[in-house]
Amino acid sequence: MKKEESISLEPRPQNPIESLIRVERLPHMWCPGCGIGISMGAFTRAVVESGIDQNSLSVVSGIGCTGRVAGYLRLDSFHVTHGRAVPFATGLKLGNPKLKVVVYSGDGDLMAIGGNHLIHAARRNVPLTVILINNFNYGMTGGQFGPTTPMEAFGTTAPYGNYEYPFNLPYLMDVCGADYVARWTVYHVRQLTRSITEAMSKDGFSFIEVITPCPELYLRRNRLGDALKEMIYLKENSRIQNGAETRTVAIEKSRGEIIIGKFVDRERPGYIQSLDGHLQKVLGARYQRPPFWEK
Amino acid sequence: MKKTKPKPKIKELVHLTADPRGVLTGVHFMNGDQAACEGALAAGCRFVAGYPITPSTEIVERFASRIPTVGGIFIQMEDEIASSIAIQGAAWAGLKSMTVSSGPGFSLMMEHVGLAAMLETPCVFIDVQRAGPSTGLPTLPGQADMMQVRWGAHGDYEIIALVPNSPQECFDLTIQAFNLSEEFRVPTFVMMDECVGHMAERVVIPPADKIKIFNRRYTTLPPEEYLPYRTGKDLVPWFVKAGTGRRFHITGLTHDERGYPMMNAETQGKLVRRLVDKIRANAEQIVRYEEEDCEGAEVVVISYGITSRVASRAVEMARKQGIKVGRFRPVVVWPFPEKRIRQLAGMVGGFVVAELNYGQISLEVERLVAGKVPVTLVPHGGGTVHQPEDIHRAIREIVRL
Repeated sequence: MKKEESISLEPRPQNPIESLIRVERLPHMWCPGCGIGISMGAFTRAVVESGIDQNSLSVVSGIGCTGRVAGYLRLDSFHVTHGRAVPFATGLKLGNPKLKVVVYSGDGDLMAIGGNHLIHAARRNVPLTVILINNFNYGMTGGQFGPTTPMEAFGTTAPYGNYEYPFNLPYLMDVCGADYVARWTVYHVRQLTRSITEAMSKDGFSFIEVITPCPELYLRRNRLGDALKEMIYLKENSRIQNGAETRTVAIEKSRGEIIIGKFVDRERPGYIQSLDGHLQKVLGARYQRPPFWEK
Repeated sequence: MKKTKPKPKIKELVHLTADPRGVLTGVHFMNGDQAACEGALAAGCRFVAGYPITPSTEIVERFASRIPTVGGIFIQMEDEIASSIAIQGAAWAGLKSMTVSSGPGFSLMMEHVGLAAMLETPCVFIDVQRAGPSTGLPTLPGQADMMQVRWGAHGDYEIIALVPNSPQECFDLTIQAFNLSEEFRVPTFVMMDECVGHMAERVVIPPADKIKIFNRRYTTLPPEEYLPYRTGKDLVPWFVKAGTGRRFHITGLTHDERGYPMMNAETQGKLVRRLVDKIRANAEQIVRYEEEDCEGAEVVVISYGITSRVASRAVEMARKQGIKVGRFRPVVVWPFPEKRIRQLAGMVGGFVVAELNYGQISLEVERLVAGKVPVTLVPHGGGTVHQPEDIHRAIREIVRL
């Protein structure tokens, strides 16, 4: 016999992250099975669980599927030009260091057209958190290959397969001087959430690469199955190696092992500290700390 | 010689005076680049992101040296593309910001000029023009970016551009540029040239309380009522900076009053119409020019920047021969003084336009004169300034026609 279910008249408890989502803009534009939404879930949970001041949190995105994240977050958010979220974020942070500034964008936006800005921000150790969603292609424009596409994988502009070496992003960011470098996948939501909290608490430049399925384009074109198959693949082929040598964590083939974890976590003075400390030292009493930097 | 200069009608809104920390009051002997830097500081600019490029480098060098004792930021970014957007990040954090470049760097900045126009970010760009195209003559003057400043980014939008013809004007007009940018929330340009940038003249910097400053209007509405792109009759939205709890979203995509992307022709029409009308409807207030003895003249010589200094000599030479020559110098080149040129077209015998290019502002003059009277261009490839004789010859030719 079917148990009678009572209809509750209690207001349903709100999803703790709902206040961070512009629900009036749903449904979003991402494909079924896309991992960007999962990463956004991890990000918003990290924001809530870490207790940071949401009114001081700014998110800057570039162009692409991941770039649309800024538009769905109910925070001060900026959807700027392709590849240039990082320098915009730099200006924003320097203009008001009390802001927590997160750059949330994709592999093509941040590493192809935006590559130069990313490496300079890491070099300067600008206090930004960069969340790079890596789905191995350019999704918004229909699935072209990019600087993280594995060798021999297909893209619409690599119709015979890719013959370019992809970037090893954690290695690159490590060498450029980032204070925090991690890689997770959207299967590893708990670790990702915790990692985002850690990254946002750094004084310097923090970087998280998030491996994500792109079922409609990258996976389909490379006959890698659907989103579910991809999540199983990420579960079974990811190996957590915290502290691994970043030189060894390249993703060169589309079906191989993925090394994930927190690779770099160091404390060097961030750009703002360096600027302030140095000018104070050299100029002494003549130095005027910017009034908009008042602690 | 009677000089008629129409009063610039700066709206009598709440304005402030300059922050004395940035004002180097006194009588100085400095070049245009240095004066432009001082103008920015006097205007309240506290953030510069730049990249070295001849002949503009001295502006950022001076700013880098001055700003740590004034209280602000200079950052040398990795390229002009980064510079032109870093200043917008700083603007959205609440600062008055500026970048500086010349031809090749200016070209790189174009996409972000469009972004600033679309987001309605108050910010100032200085272009110290040099001979082009491409690498051209890095250390020598040109005036061939005048159409680029107006049309350089893709799409429909309007900007404001001012052209100084002396180091003193480099100081004064940079302040004006900031004021206009703040008032209209539009990227505003100071179009210098290498000559004006590198020549040294007397520059008088007044006391801070004599310098009028305009600041962007911040919203006072609570978060649940504030819409980033709702406007009143003046078509300028009230500003919000990051960190005030209003949780606003802005995007370079076509957007509605909420700032949300709206991918349809109706929103596009409303938005672009307003971006363009914001300047065009207020053009009377913004336009500024100097004219002398134009009405009833046989010839009016139109020039701007360093060329106007040479044109003055040519005009003198022609007047000595008894020709009735008027002088017209646009100080704000964009929006162009359309109304006045149309009026003068009915009152003069002809125009001579002298510029260090092969015809840019002359196209505007031709368009507005609409064939009523002759318009002669005195072009020049750049690399040096005109000879007064070239302009004088053109004046005589108009009179002979």
